[in-house]
Amino acid sequence: MTIAEAAAILNCKTVCGADKMDRPVSSACGADLMSDVLTFVKENCLLLTGMVNAHVVRTAEMLDVPCIVLVRGKVPTQDMIELAEQTGVTLLTCEYTLYEACGRLYQNGLPPCK
Amino acid sequence: MSSGYKESFSIVAGDFASAGEVSARIKSILRMIGIDPAIIRRVSIAAYEAELNMIIHSFGGEMTLKIDSGSIHIDCVDTGPGIEDIEMAMKEGFSTASPDIQMMGFGAGMGLPNIKKNSDEMEIRSDPGGTHLHLKFNIV
Repeated sequence: MTIAEAAAILNCKTVCGADKMDRPVSSACGADLMSDVLTFVKENCLLLTGMVNAHVVRTAEMLDVPCIVLVRGKVPTQDMIELAEQTGVTLLTCEYTLYEACGRLYQNGLPPCK
Repeated sequence: MSSGYKESFSIVAGDFASAGEVSARIKSILRMIGIDPAIIRRVSIAAYEAELNMIIHSFGGEMTLKIDSGSIHIDCVDTGPGIEDIEMAMKEGFSTASPDIQMMGFGAGMGLPNIKKNSDEMEIRSDPGGTHLHLKFNIV
């Protein structure tokens, strides 16, 4: 699945990285605890989170995570947007809860990180 | 593949806002040199965890990246206060991080175990005067 396809499933708004929506994602994970994300997330994984701070983007950068989806209508901070632009991470927002956003992607065939 | 590269970066205690800048710099150097992306990813994760540890727990110090023909080395040297119980710090879930840090999504006690998992060799020495963490990643 591409980032664009995942974004369509979740009715996402694109905050930045609109020009990089054709990148593939091979799995997804939902987490607010970046300590956990750092231990199990694989490259090309889409990260869904309700945590809003620039360290979420930094964590994605280290893990080669190409896309972050902020759930439940969360609004990214300015430093988060700037770091996402600088590092090439696509930043999206959606209105679904973390549970429902994960469920919708899973239902459409995007597997968990293993 | 260049050999004999060495660069040191200063880590400021408590400067959580800039956490990850040094690791991002290390990642970009390794990319520029043309290191295998899978190895870069492991180095980046370990460096980021180590950088967070130094910012959260230490009085500050230096992170040094060394690259030779067969391996990448990262040395984290701080000026204290040391890790009281390294055996406990190596246990997943053991944390002495403040609630503020945990509110930001970190400090869950996964750092050192994750550093060990991502490196090929890890050595840690610590006393109240400081901690020295040495990490080695094989390139070939």
